[in-house]
Amino acid sequence: MSGAQPQLDAIAVGTTATRVVSGHSRIPWRFLGSRAAFYLFTLWAAITINFFLPRMMKGDAVSQYLARNRNVTPEAADALRALLGLDTDKSLVEQYLDYWAHLLRGDLGVSLLHGLRPVTEVISQALPWTVGLVGFATIVSFAIGTIGGGIIGWRRGSKLDVFVPITTFLGTIPYFWLGLLAIAAFSVNLRWFPIGKAYGVGMRPEWTFEFIGQVIHHGTLPAVTIVIASLGGWMLGMRNMMLTVLDEDYITVAQAKGLPNRRVLWGYAARNAVLPQIQSFALSIGFIVGGTIVMEMVFSYPGIGKLLLDATNAKDYALMQGVFLVITISVLVANVLADFAYAFLDPRTRQTEA
Amino acid sequence: MTIRTAQLAEKTPRGTSFWARLGSAFAMFRNAKSITGLAILGFFVLVAIFADVLAPYSPTKVDNTSRFQAPSAAHWLGTTHIGEDVLSQVIHGTRGVIVVGFLAAIIATFIAITIGVIAGYLSGWKSEGLSALTNVFLVIPGLPLIIIVASIFEDPPLWLIAAVLGLIGWAWGARVLRAQTMSLRNRDFIQAARANGEPLRRIIAVEMLPNLMALIAASFVGTVTAAILSLTTLSYIGVIPVTTYNWGTILNWASAQGAFQQNQWWWYLPPGLCIAIIGVALSLINFGIDEYVNPRLRSAGERARAMKKKGLDVNDAVTVVRAATPTTASDATTQKASE
Repeated sequence: MSGAQPQLDAIAVGTTATRVVSGHSRIPWRFLGSRAAFYLFTLWAAITINFFLPRMMKGDAVSQYLARNRNVTPEAADALRALLGLDTDKSLVEQYLDYWAHLLRGDLGVSLLHGLRPVTEVISQALPWTVGLVGFATIVSFAIGTIGGGIIGWRRGSKLDVFVPITTFLGTIPYFWLGLLAIAAFSVNLRWFPIGKAYGVGMRPEWTFEFIGQVIHHGTLPAVTIVIASLGGWMLGMRNMMLTVLDEDYITVAQAKGLPNRRVLWGYAARNAVLPQIQSFALSIGFIVGGTIVMEMVFSYPGIGKLLLDATNAKDYALMQGVFLVITISVLVANVLADFAYAFLDPRTRQTEA
Repeated sequence: MTIRTAQLAEKTPRGTSFWARLGSAFAMFRNAKSITGLAILGFFVLVAIFADVLAPYSPTKVDNTSRFQAPSAAHWLGTTHIGEDVLSQVIHGTRGVIVVGFLAAIIATFIAITIGVIAGYLSGWKSEGLSALTNVFLVIPGLPLIIIVASIFEDPPLWLIAAVLGLIGWAWGARVLRAQTMSLRNRDFIQAARANGEPLRRIIAVEMLPNLMALIAASFVGTVTAAILSLTTLSYIGVIPVTTYNWGTILNWASAQGAFQQNQWWWYLPPGLCIAIIGVALSLINFGIDEYVNPRLRSAGERARAMKKKGLDVNDAVTVVRAATPTTASDATTQKASE
């Protein structure tokens, strides 16, 4: 509703329309409120799904644990059940309330797979690896794809158009296969990069140049494959949006005013074309997390995705729930950030999407 | 194009008008890119249907005399660690991929149309509620959820996997359809239909759906792609049991038996390439639909190339104004000279 401000006389208030709007900027409470309500609702839904998942699964964690460790007495097994909140003499509602009570205290239970250590501790050890590698690769891919797509859209009809089918092809390849091929080519045959793991055997995590070099050496292949696999989507999206935006009248006006091409490209066309990119960035974070699981399996990277796979296979419910919760929360946080960025870049969201 | 078919439909008798209408409903597939993609997809569908006839061996036939063999006349794509024929496995694997891909997409598209169109047509808290539900499904990470859900079942059949993939993958289509329905709702022809007293289901089925076909097709194709990638990924991870053969299962075995370390390319290249080719076919179809929905995508490149031929730069507004007359004049003279 950009035109719905009849009480303001543009000539009286200022020279241009932008002045009028910026002189009248206020905090969009309705917009923020509805977004906050949505995210709280999603968080509640995710936590509730998380509560019901292990209760739907066959075979409980303790009997799996007993199968692995034979010298556990029945009393100890019962105690273990009570510890994990699996004792069945409570009603489902009581269990649900208990679950929330534990959650609000930051208590995610203990992991059977990792020697009864607290789940929060196990996750906080794995999380930096995933966030560091995947976060870095995703931002690089988004930046290259968006800037590249902008340039390809600007030079429409030139030879640069070739990049669109090439990157799309690389994007349709299943990620795990790309990773396995990369290992076969660069680790097994050429021996340029090590096979998997985050750092060499016998190293201890510390802030030394040797260790950081090891991490970079081990992380190159996973990071590059992630960038290659995800580049196509960003590039195609940005290019298509550029082609649409470049036909708009305001671009012609900007050029007719004699503005330099660089300013028209980045300041006028790309600035508007990037808006849908940011929204799809927010929405694709869930898919990126899915890709992480596969990447960490292929490269046996000690991140959160591998934790989830191991926990699912061993039926370590507490750890599984914890990992799923952390993944969901990080997706939600990323979405909140993208929302803020979007509202900041596109004033229309603040006004219309109430 | 559409105008012409509409005129035809008026003149010709009822039977033909139905086919003409059907033809115009699928007009988004009538371009080179979409047709190429559909042809490749059709090839894989045929392979899936006639897998039993095409495959030279049974996919699980063990032959200990020929293990880890490179491609030969007897085994066109070589053999696995227990002498199974890789070509037969790839052919039979097509079936699972196609069935799951299409079944999941049908389920997801059905949900997406129902939720998306209803959410777009209604207004107020009902619409907002359905929209919030869609967004929840968009935001909750799908693959981890599928991994957890799939591990509930000991031996999930294919239709169940397809159903889970469909239940998780409908949200994007619903979101796009809701936005488009909201913009259609206030157009004149819908208002007129409502003023005529047409019932709601007729407005949605007859007036709205034909205008949403391109978006529905795009979201269908997108869901097929996502479902195929998810299925092969889940099979590779080993969440889906290896009893049902698909391309992901073959790669799971190849990886577990160290084919990637021992350069047994005939084992790990074909299934991956098949996934990539089917992915390319599906994105070609989507490119075609995109260009149908947004003609600027196609015309922008063509226009720029046409201007380049005349020696103009599409991005240089000033040159266009000043150089247009002399260049076209010289163009005309050269054309005359060449004639």
